[in-house]
Amino acid sequence: MTSRKSEILVGLFVALTIAATLMLAMNVASKGSVGQGETYNLYAKFDNIGGLKVRSSVKVGGVTIGRVESIHLDPEDFTPVVTLSIVKQYNAFPETSSVSILTSGLLGEQYVGLQPGFSIDDIENLAEGDYIADTKSALVLEDLIGQFLFSRDND
Amino acid sequence: MEWLANLGKSTLDRFAAVGRASYVLAGSLIAVPQLKNVPLTIKQMYVVGVQSLSIIMVSGLFIGMVMALQGYTILVDYGAEGSLGPMVALSILRELGPVVTALLFAGRAGSALTAEIGLMKATEQLSSLEMMAIDPLRRIVAPRLWAGLLSMPMLTVIFSAVGILGGHLVGVEWLGVDAGSYWSIMQSTVEWNADVMNGVIKSIVFAFVVTWIAIFKGYDSVPTSEGISAATTQTVVYSSLAVLGLDFVLTAIMFGIE
Repeated sequence: MTSRKSEILVGLFVALTIAATLMLAMNVASKGSVGQGETYNLYAKFDNIGGLKVRSSVKVGGVTIGRVESIHLDPEDFTPVVTLSIVKQYNAFPETSSVSILTSGLLGEQYVGLQPGFSIDDIENLAEGDYIADTKSALVLEDLIGQFLFSRDND
Repeated sequence: MEWLANLGKSTLDRFAAVGRASYVLAGSLIAVPQLKNVPLTIKQMYVVGVQSLSIIMVSGLFIGMVMALQGYTILVDYGAEGSLGPMVALSILRELGPVVTALLFAGRAGSALTAEIGLMKATEQLSSLEMMAIDPLRRIVAPRLWAGLLSMPMLTVIFSAVGILGGHLVGVEWLGVDAGSYWSIMQSTVEWNADVMNGVIKSIVFAFVVTWIAIFKGYDSVPTSEGISAATTQTVVYSSLAVLGLDFVLTAIMFGIE
């Protein structure tokens, strides 16, 4: 009888673990479509990436569609190249799309905003390995303040 | 000359102990799995896992509550109390869950395993099993090893879940952080593979180390009352140090380079 009781309690223990795992999976972690599944890579050259980091998100209209895979400096023209890893599901962005580095909130973290461009018949979609031509760099607060002070001095 | 001999002796003793520990591990792990040992393992899971459940859940609850309280007082200065959820969840999932569970497990279950096996050795129960042609490594040690290996990751998951609920209790119910931002920012920050699974991997490593140390110290203890008491102390000390040291190494591997 004691062994039966311990078996029941161990069963309860296992059930509790499953419940805790489910809670972590449903409420705590983001499983979503981003992070798992097949992705393709796009590249973008920026003048200045500001505080962008690896694993920052790539968003279209606020919806996360991918992550920053890696950041490195082009050894020839010394501009940062950002590799964007985007979920395969969203694979029909026209070549005229533009990317910019944006900040969520005043002090929030930086992310890459993708603005889909117009698509006419002879414009192809971005595919694996393509460079996005139209990029806007991050706003660097120090530069802005510098420009502001400079323009005030001129007045 | 004397100290040189002592140095040599202690080095040789260390190596011999590592060898004996590997022998115990190999003898109990690399046995042909026997179905009749499954009930023994379940019995041990009751002793090792279920009976540790209350201490794990209570500590998880309080650690989550304290994290929320401490985090709130700092974050609210910057108007960033929305980040309370990810702060509590990440610190519990990545660090506190696996580490505190392992430390509590070493104190609560590891010491008990050592004392039990040590006393079996002192009262010559292990020898009498061998007389009956039953391998004590398989009959006594293996079920306890498996029970420890299985129970601790489960306890860690429960600890983390209860801790995050504790953070919710203090942060949302008491201090008035918005429930929506607590959960949704947590959800967008915490990742399943990078955070939850890495915590579980950590706890599997800790489970292995703590249970191995506990079992070996019991099996290798000097069969006297002083010997068992020394072995029990060593179990808690060694496994706590091993957990804290390994935690740094694992953290460096998992989260160090991004």
